[in-house]
Amino acid sequence: MDVVKAMTTDIKMRAQLKDDITEVKVLMSHPMETGRRKNDANEIIPAHFVQLVTATLNGKTVLEAQWGTGVSKNPYLTFRLANARVGDTVAVTWLDNLGQTSSQQIQVVAV
Amino acid sequence: MDLKSQNNTKPTRRQFLVRFCALGAALLILPLKALASVWNKPAFESATLADAIKNLNIKAEAPSAQIEIIAPDKAENGAVVQVEINSHIANTESITIFSEKNPTPLVAQYTFSNGALPYVVTRIKMAETCDLKAVIKANNQYFTASKRVEVLENGCG
Repeated sequence: MDVVKAMTTDIKMRAQLKDDITEVKVLMSHPMETGRRKNDANEIIPAHFVQLVTATLNGKTVLEAQWGTGVSKNPYLTFRLANARVGDTVAVTWLDNLGQTSSQQIQVVAV
Repeated sequence: MDLKSQNNTKPTRRQFLVRFCALGAALLILPLKALASVWNKPAFESATLADAIKNLNIKAEAPSAQIEIIAPDKAENGAVVQVEINSHIANTESITIFSEKNPTPLVAQYTFSNGALPYVVTRIKMAETCDLKAVIKANNQYFTASKRVEVLENGCG
């Protein structure tokens, strides 16, 4: 059951415009296994972590992240955009070391 | 007249279809293309801060008071340490975060473009009490700042 839970790939997002700055908050669901932990049977749990994250505003790249195993489980991220307007689309995509990927997008709203 | 109007609409419709299909293909390819940037394996697998910095080609980083690092002085749980970094250096291109004493000190690198502000909040794992180090790249120069975080419980398992 835990394994299934860890494999869900949903992304929760929020993009709020206030005083000309859009703050985007992203919460991803990912185990971020380092490959150094052991399970109860003393076996190494294989590494499973997000390596690349890309954020776009109306399809144009605004943020590119490279992550190592030091990013916490269920990664959280905030970034800010200077040129977004209400109704614009912010999208986030991640790719992990096993080739799994997930995307989410949301419209900018005023606060 | 009829023929003329047909001749006028036909290429338009065809053009529209061609453009529509091209757009669809572009939209499909775009996310993959965006992710094609290469993950810096040697840097992320480096076991020391010095090696990670070398593998990132970071050179001659100068200490800067224009880098704001907000992180707890004491982290109860090293598995989740929230770090906020705000660069006040003009033309900041990227922010790179290191946790000096992690098994692999390089934690994350963020590159900004097209109106993204040089600001990030992220949550990281910290193995033990050490300096959190941020390196900013701006105008092909490197700037750095550090913040000590006391870790009460190892977060790297």
